[in-house]
Amino acid sequence: MAEKKVKLLGFWVSPFVYRVIWALKLKGIDYEYIEEDIFNKSPLLLQLNPIHKKVPVLIHGDRVISESYVIVQYIDETWPHCPLLPQDPYERAMARFWADFAETKLLHTAWLGLCARGAEREKAAKLAMEAVEKIEEVVKGKKLFGGESIGYLDICLGWISYWLPVWEEVGSMQIIDPIKFPATSSWMNTLLHHQVIGDNLPARDAMIEYFQKRSKDLYESDWFKDIIRLHLHP
Amino acid sequence: MAGSEVKVLGTWASPFALRVHIALGIKSVKYEWVEENLEAKSQLLLESNPINKQVPVLIHHHKPICESLAILQYIDEAWPSAPSILPSDPYHRAVARFWAAYIDHKWFTWLKGVASAEGAEAKKAALDRVREGLVVVEEAFGKCSKGKDFFSGDRIGYLDIVLGCFLGWLYVAEKRNDVKLLDEEKMPGLAAWAIKFCLDGAVKDVMPDKDELLDYANMVFQAMAKAKLNAPPNY
Repeated sequence: MAEKKVKLLGFWVSPFVYRVIWALKLKGIDYEYIEEDIFNKSPLLLQLNPIHKKVPVLIHGDRVISESYVIVQYIDETWPHCPLLPQDPYERAMARFWADFAETKLLHTAWLGLCARGAEREKAAKLAMEAVEKIEEVVKGKKLFGGESIGYLDICLGWISYWLPVWEEVGSMQIIDPIKFPATSSWMNTLLHHQVIGDNLPARDAMIEYFQKRSKDLYESDWFKDIIRLHLHP
Repeated sequence: MAGSEVKVLGTWASPFALRVHIALGIKSVKYEWVEENLEAKSQLLLESNPINKQVPVLIHHHKPICESLAILQYIDEAWPSAPSILPSDPYHRAVARFWAAYIDHKWFTWLKGVASAEGAEAKKAALDRVREGLVVVEEAFGKCSKGKDFFSGDRIGYLDIVLGCFLGWLYVAEKRNDVKLLDEEKMPGLAAWAIKFCLDGAVKDVMPDKDELLDYANMVFQAMAKAKLNAPPNY
C-alpha cells in the first residue's frame, strides 16, 4: 500500500499544509504537489473534502485523508520508518494533548490577534502569550519536542517558528518575547535551521503581503465579528 | 505494564468522562472513579490538569492524561490486548479521527449552540444545524459500518464512543426544545445504532439515566438564566 502514488492538495501559505509537507519530507516520501486557490476552490477540492472544503488533502492511491494532524498521523502509521510520534503511550498522549492545546489556545488566539484591532488585538495577544508560557515549560531543557530529532509535536507546532513572527510583524504585536521565553525561542531557532524545515517554507515577503491583506479583509468580515464575540467576550 | 492503579476524575453528567468509562469497560480494566464537584474542584484535579482544570483525567501509574480523545487513544495503546478501540488499518484510523474531530469541533459546538441561542428563530436555526450535522454523520455511519451494527463494525469502537457519549445530551436538547433530532426517518442508520450502543455491555451500566440528565440540565439552565438576569452588563 505504501508504494501507491501520493498527492498533496495545498495552498502556498497554509501552515496546516506545511505540517504535511514536513512529515512527507522527513520520511523521504515522494509526492505530487497540487496548488489550490482557496479563494476559488476547484471541483477537485470540493469533491475530495466536501465536509470542510479545505486544504491540506492527502491522496494516497484511492484513499483521501483530510485534517492536517489526521494526515500526519496517517503518514506516520503508513510509513513507520523515522517515527514522528513517540513509542511510549504516555508520551504519545502528551504529544496529542499539547498539539491540541497549541491549536486551540495559541494558534486561534494569535490568528485573532492578527485580524483584530485595538483592545481586542491586545486581549488576543495576551491570551496567546499565556499559552506560550505553558508551552515554554514543556520545551524547557529540550532541543526539540521530539528529543534529538523532529517529532509529531515539532511538526504540529512548527508554524510558531515562522508564521507567528510574520503575524506578529503584520499585527504589530509581540507574543514570543525571547527574554521571557528563551526555551521556546531556542526551539524555534533549532527548527528553522533543520534542513527539512528550513528548506520548506514559503517566501517571507510574500507572506507579509498576503497576511496584511488577509488581516484587513477578515477584520471587516461578518465571520470575524462572530468569532471575536465567541472567543474574546464569552 | 498496565495493571497498576487506575483512577478516573470525572463527573456523572460529563459526556467526555463517559468516553473514558466506556473505553476502560471495553478493555475490562478495573479503575477507581472519582466524582468531581466542578464548583469545588479537588486538589487532585487541579494538580493533574493544571492547564484546563477540567474532567476527564485518567491517572495511570500516577501520571495524568487529559483530553478525552487523547485518553481514548492512550487506553487503546496502554492495554493493547483485544478488543481494540481504534481500527488497526491506518486509513480506517484516519477516517475515525477525521469524524471524531468533526463531531467534537463542529457538531457538538452546534449542539451547545442550541442552549445559547436566544429567540425562537435562532433556536430553530441552531436545531436545524444539529439535525443537518446528524445527516452528515448518518452518511459517514453508512460508509464506516458497511452494514454492520456499529461505526467500528461488529463491536463498539472509537467513533461509536465519541458520538455515543452525546446521546444523553441529545435527548436533553430534544426534550427541552420539544423536537426530534435523531429522527428514525432521516437517520435510520444512526437511530438503530443509538439503541444498540446504549445496550452494549460496556455502555449500559455507566451511561447516565437520560431523565436524570434532563432534570440536571433543567436545573443548570435555570440557574444560568437566573445568574444572567442578575449579572451586571459585560462591558
